[in-house]
Amino acid sequence: MDLTLHVWRQAAPDTPGRFVVYEATNISPDMSFLEMLDVVNERLTQRGEVPIAFDHDCREGICGMCSLMINGVAHGPMKGTATCQVHMRSFKDGGKIYIEPWRAKAFPVIKDLTVDRSALDRVIQAGGFITAPTGGAQDANTVLVPKDNVEAAMDAAACIGCGACVAACPNASASLFTAAKITHLGLLPQGQPERYRRALAMVEQMDLESFGNCTLHGECQEACPKEISIDTITRMNRDFIRAELVGTRR
Amino acid sequence: MTINLNPRTPGGPLAQKWDKHRFEMKLVNPANKRKYTVIVVGSGLAGGAAAATMSELGYNVKCFCFQDSPRRAHSIAAQGGINAAKNYQNDGDSIYRLFYDTLKGGDFRSREANVYRLAEVSVNIIDQCVAQGVPFAREYGGLLANRSFGGAQVSRTFYARGQTGQQLLLGAYQALERQIARGGVKMYPRTEMLDLVVIDGKARGIVVRDLVTGAIESHVADAVVLATGGYGNVFYLSTNAQGSNATAIWRAYKRGAAFANPCFTQIHPTCIPVSGEHQSKLTLMSESLRNDGRVWVPKQKGDRRTPRDIPENERDYFLERKYPSFGNLAPRDIASRAAKEVCDEWRGVGETGLGVYLDFAGAIERLGKDVIRERYGNLFEMYERITDENPYEVPMRIYPAVHYTMGGLWVDYNLMSTIDGLHVAGEANFSDHGANRLGASALMQGLADGYFLLPNTIGDYLATVKPEKVDASHPAFKAAERQVAEMTKKLLSINGKRTVASFHRELGKILWDYCGMSRNEAGLETAIEKISELRTEFWRDVNVPGSDVELNQALEKAGRVADFFELGELMCIDALHRRESCGGHFREESQTPDGEALRDDENFAYVAAWEYAGERQSPILNKEPLVFENVKLSQRSYK
Repeated sequence: MDLTLHVWRQAAPDTPGRFVVYEATNISPDMSFLEMLDVVNERLTQRGEVPIAFDHDCREGICGMCSLMINGVAHGPMKGTATCQVHMRSFKDGGKIYIEPWRAKAFPVIKDLTVDRSALDRVIQAGGFITAPTGGAQDANTVLVPKDNVEAAMDAAACIGCGACVAACPNASASLFTAAKITHLGLLPQGQPERYRRALAMVEQMDLESFGNCTLHGECQEACPKEISIDTITRMNRDFIRAELVGTRR
Repeated sequence: MTINLNPRTPGGPLAQKWDKHRFEMKLVNPANKRKYTVIVVGSGLAGGAAAATMSELGYNVKCFCFQDSPRRAHSIAAQGGINAAKNYQNDGDSIYRLFYDTLKGGDFRSREANVYRLAEVSVNIIDQCVAQGVPFAREYGGLLANRSFGGAQVSRTFYARGQTGQQLLLGAYQALERQIARGGVKMYPRTEMLDLVVIDGKARGIVVRDLVTGAIESHVADAVVLATGGYGNVFYLSTNAQGSNATAIWRAYKRGAAFANPCFTQIHPTCIPVSGEHQSKLTLMSESLRNDGRVWVPKQKGDRRTPRDIPENERDYFLERKYPSFGNLAPRDIASRAAKEVCDEWRGVGETGLGVYLDFAGAIERLGKDVIRERYGNLFEMYERITDENPYEVPMRIYPAVHYTMGGLWVDYNLMSTIDGLHVAGEANFSDHGANRLGASALMQGLADGYFLLPNTIGDYLATVKPEKVDASHPAFKAAERQVAEMTKKLLSINGKRTVASFHRELGKILWDYCGMSRNEAGLETAIEKISELRTEFWRDVNVPGSDVELNQALEKAGRVADFFELGELMCIDALHRRESCGGHFREESQTPDGEALRDDENFAYVAAWEYAGERQSPILNKEPLVFENVKLSQRSYK
């Protein structure tokens, strides 16, 4: 396959970026999208140019490190699939591909296609956990958990923290990410004691990190490589409102 | 320098050693803990759990990872599950049985006391994870579910769909983030350790490179933990993440930490085969597929017909033929070697001829498509996404791939290396899996080390040694910083013709060919020579673009590959000296008349701990004899 790539190049956070055109010729349809970029980078290196910086690690769709806007769609054309699992056979021979970083105020560009997503870690720090210091736990089978609850918790816990939901959202809201964690922990008996405090703290932190608000566009659930449902956001809102109403302490 | 390989195994009966040891260990007064700083490199199951737990205890912790967040560590990719001797299924499991299975599965090349302790704390791990909110699979009544795994005869594996590693890691990550918010842990993401600093024989800190700015910095501590994972990426193609590397443990080795059993690598039989030169990694397909899939190749050499056109009597179900009692469920090392053998006979399938069929046609006929979909649906989808072939219609093609490394830095019972104050945890150490790891045991070991072992043993070290104050202006730190900066400068200045990846690919190929599934004396000697030549060429002709004061991924890779050359050579030296077959290490010279691995307990029942002797010098072999007081050594047979 022969492709024309329009790739966002930006040397540093505070320098202006621009699209640079690269011809990617002789690409095998069996390559993954990132392997195609590897090939482009090999050729750039051999020509003495600086290769394109992009984040990636596990290349099996679970670490959440890869993060590309491909033709305006977070993680590209395949539904429920992270960039690293998209293969070139999903693209037309001879076509153009625009490749950009995640774009959001809360995700400043570091270089080229890499962005700083540490804001998501700070949202977790605010309350995305169950306080259970090592050593104090009782036997694992002491507390029963209905199977349906665990399955629903697992659906939400599948979040890989990639930030595609933020990139896809017109408001750059991190609601799906935050709601997924609130849902995962809030559905389990172990997560009840901190449930409302957690919702308050995480939502407040999300605002502090300059993520936008949710207006239920639903772009996030379309972009999510783990297909996490927007229903989780309803749950987050309910927990948040209740916490406000009963005056839960921060 | 002479190294001390005293395993410090406590006395007394096996089942009481850990208890007794915990009582004998010295404690640090709660008010004094915050005066001690502990560095943890790596944020996976072992590192993340250790950092969080030590902060909970009151220590001042600094945690480092090269990824953009501690949640990305490669533990996240583990699929199948985690073993624990809970015996919730009432099927005869016990701590002793888990201990025995792990020791035997490792082909009797690990320490009894360590393995027993691992089995012992396995039950606490499950309790801890459930308390954190890990959504393990459950029965309708609300109790935890189990499945059997990796040939074990009991159901002791706990799992969260096919994402057990992810869920366990997120549990540790959330505990870690809580400690970061509290101020007990200072996290350094996008930061890579490039050297260990040893002062007066004790590990006192590390030198790191900030991967975003390129700044070289020193960090001082009273104890250092390396939890940086395995070195499977030395093979270039493996199931490891792209960034997984050996740099931290390798540079510690060069500072005096012994490297144990480097040739013990695990090659997993069920991975998606290589499709071309461009390939950057291999994807594992869960071992559970072998419960229903039948493995075969054509009987005839070079048979290029499509699988459905090959009649039943022209197929060779080679695992069923060779191992009638275990059949397709033969252990990992055995199944991998058998697949290699038939491909070496030019009977492999697929474009490259390096693949065997894993066929579900029979199972679909017997059980129906729906049952198969329920059991393996997500794996079939993943397979189709990568290969563009539908495994419901055509047999899967699989081939073995490098998956895990049992070798690693030598540690004693306290998980301390041969350098005082340097502790090593998880896949980075060599401790518990011997020459072959059983399925669902890696997660167990990482969390055992991180949650339950290190937080105890590091306290004992600090209370006993009471390290003196040093700071980063100490000449040893300055010298290490200079050395790191010089290496970076050197890599950037060579300006040769070949890319880092091309060297890495070539190195991987040498290791795969000569130090992979089957090894022999002549091949290993060839490999050592070839690696040495390639390494010389690397330092003469590598092209690393960009500068050292920015995010430079080519530079990061170059440093890691430079270390892989040296480690690859050590692996071959170790494989050459171990003239026996055991677990994943198959020496062609040491096999039974029917071609199975033949152990030599009389001459090789020891841990080979290699000591660095200087640049381009032969490493020094030290031996820690393995003493078995509780189990009888037996030959593994799966006929």
